[in-house]
Amino acid sequence: MAALEREFSAPTLQLLTHEGELRPTPEAEQFLPVIESLADAELEQFYRDMMISRRIDIAGANLQRQGQLALWVPSHGQEAAQVGSGRAARPQDHIFPSYREHIVGIIRGLDPVKILSLLRGVTLGGWNPAENGNFHLYTLVLASQTLHATGYAMGLGFDGATATGDPESDAAVLVYLGDGATSQGDASEALVFAASYRTPQVFLVQNNQWAISVPVSRQSPSPIANRGYGFGMPGVRIDGNDVLVSYAVSRTALEEARSGLGPSYIEAVTYRMGAHTTADDPTKYRTQDEVDYWAQRDPITRYRTWLEGRGASAAFFDEVDVEAQDAASDVRRRALDLGAPTREAIFEHVYSDPHPLMRDQYAWLDRFERSLDGGDA
Amino acid sequence: MSAGQVYAGVGMEETEARVDESTVSGVRGVQTLSMAKAITAGLREALRGDDKVLLMGEDIGSLGGVFRVTEGLKAEFGEHRVLDTPLAESGIVGTAIGLAMRGYRPVVEIQFDGFIFPAFDQITTQLSRLTLRHDGSVSMPVVIRVPYGGHIGSIEHHQESPEAYFAHTPGLRVVSPSNPHDAYWMIQEAIASNDPVLYFEPKSRYWPKGPVDLDHSGLPLHASRVVRQGTDVTVVGHGAMVSTLLQAADIAGEEGTSLEVVDLRSLSPIDYGPLLDSVQRTGRLVVAQEAYGNVSIGSEIAATVAERAFYSLEAPVLRVSGFDTPFPPAALETEFLPSPDRVLEAVDRALAY
Repeated sequence: MAALEREFSAPTLQLLTHEGELRPTPEAEQFLPVIESLADAELEQFYRDMMISRRIDIAGANLQRQGQLALWVPSHGQEAAQVGSGRAARPQDHIFPSYREHIVGIIRGLDPVKILSLLRGVTLGGWNPAENGNFHLYTLVLASQTLHATGYAMGLGFDGATATGDPESDAAVLVYLGDGATSQGDASEALVFAASYRTPQVFLVQNNQWAISVPVSRQSPSPIANRGYGFGMPGVRIDGNDVLVSYAVSRTALEEARSGLGPSYIEAVTYRMGAHTTADDPTKYRTQDEVDYWAQRDPITRYRTWLEGRGASAAFFDEVDVEAQDAASDVRRRALDLGAPTREAIFEHVYSDPHPLMRDQYAWLDRFERSLDGGDA
Repeated sequence: MSAGQVYAGVGMEETEARVDESTVSGVRGVQTLSMAKAITAGLREALRGDDKVLLMGEDIGSLGGVFRVTEGLKAEFGEHRVLDTPLAESGIVGTAIGLAMRGYRPVVEIQFDGFIFPAFDQITTQLSRLTLRHDGSVSMPVVIRVPYGGHIGSIEHHQESPEAYFAHTPGLRVVSPSNPHDAYWMIQEAIASNDPVLYFEPKSRYWPKGPVDLDHSGLPLHASRVVRQGTDVTVVGHGAMVSTLLQAADIAGEEGTSLEVVDLRSLSPIDYGPLLDSVQRTGRLVVAQEAYGNVSIGSEIAATVAERAFYSLEAPVLRVSGFDTPFPPAALETEFLPSPDRVLEAVDRALAY
């Protein structure tokens, strides 16, 4: 036996079993009051959000298959991790997504068509965070956003915009990353800075088991949650397919962040039921048995079972089905209407201040393109 | 003393008439400062003028930076304005981006040229593009100060000239002062810019003193400048190389050849106006730089001048650069770096056409 400890473990906190029973694990019991404080309408909203997410996901994948999107980034299977954490944030909080958190954007008031505009090749960004619930832009270079989020959270601290004791104004930052991204240097540097400056911040790692084709075991032999402690902040591992524990732990961590207790690190253990993106073929690297195992742990099915058990009506579920389907149809219709940007968009916002190359190159391109149209050159 | 006289020490030619403002109240006049202290003074002005300006970097607080450029600023402005950060360049630039999103104007110090590369990803894939990605609704007023270049006899990764990587990247601005006066003003103008600016500080010029007119900048941030007029060959460079070119011009003058010296000051965008005017008069151009020559600022200038002043040229544009090898051990640096003699060898070749 080795003299040095080589076994790494962490408890997985769960409130709702995968059969849909509210039966907290020992470490999760302290979070139960958070759920008990919620009104029925709030609990029902979690279900509505998850259903909208799944329907839009199907619409997005179909649009890609029909050649209407360059790419779709599926979120099927990760709805509980995303909805629970996204709903836990307050309006004044800032959210730095990775690129798979479509429903979090929708929760924050973002029109999902703006996400599709990115994937349709119409824009590189798509929205102004200040006008869309402080939901910042998607970031495709893995873990880059963790540092932006940390810098933003440092700024909240410098501004006195947090830890004043006023829950209506104290702000925090919630940043999403995936299990693959945790291997990036930036993901570690962000933890160093966050711990050092005690930022009002929550790191939410969605461990969906796969970084395209590489399993999480290649990223980390230890539960990813344990990294929090190594950097000097709490690390918590939760069942990411349990929307209740996702909400309760995220809300608690965000409240502690806003109150000046510093950052924390949550690993939400979940599963990407679909491909990494529509460019990927998951049958080449994972087994059907594994997919079936996770299908039995579906976040929506278990939550519906629990809601039914506590008396939600059949009419409610029917209503949500229609609402979710309508939302998806609406997104689909409007995505097809997205027009191409004008050529000026190539140059227009590369710099904030006037720049001679942008001016000259745009003028040249415009003249050239017009000359091809038969206009004067 | 008028603003025009200030530049005499660097061979500056200013023909504009200037009003003597020494009697106007609030005028602070001309001081003699090293470039390092001129930058300190410029940073102090920026910190005083806008409480959103923050300095960030390794060892920049109590120590004042390894070159003492931030000396005294933490004591004056506090640890929340002058941040001794963790030792992680990507982390420094990445968090500066987040602070800029929050409305701050961070000024980042990279300790040495060769240590900027851990931050290369954040600078090129994030900082440079975030204004565009936000359709202009978010600006990135981040300045990255980079002590660079050789002639200080130091060890590996401490003498490099990586400016071309950044000039090649859309969305960034890249500048480099050659003298204390420009250093004082250009750092303030870089901080005032709403775009990211890489501000390259020529280490070998940190210590020589020169006049700084504290009342007049004289030129916008991205303007190049003729610092010595001449008639036979134009020589152009930036940063520390401007001193080398002025020495070469002195030697050439003794031998009867008149060199016109252009200080680029800005590497992205490049202000070609004064350079093209000069080449139209001299018909010959030598570009000098400490950086590796392959795919360099000098290459770009040679191509552009060939495109835009072809009929004025009496000789091909010639480049004098560091060799295309890693920067050698310091014992060999004087052979690696362009010297006045290397510049004059190129001048002779240009004149031979």
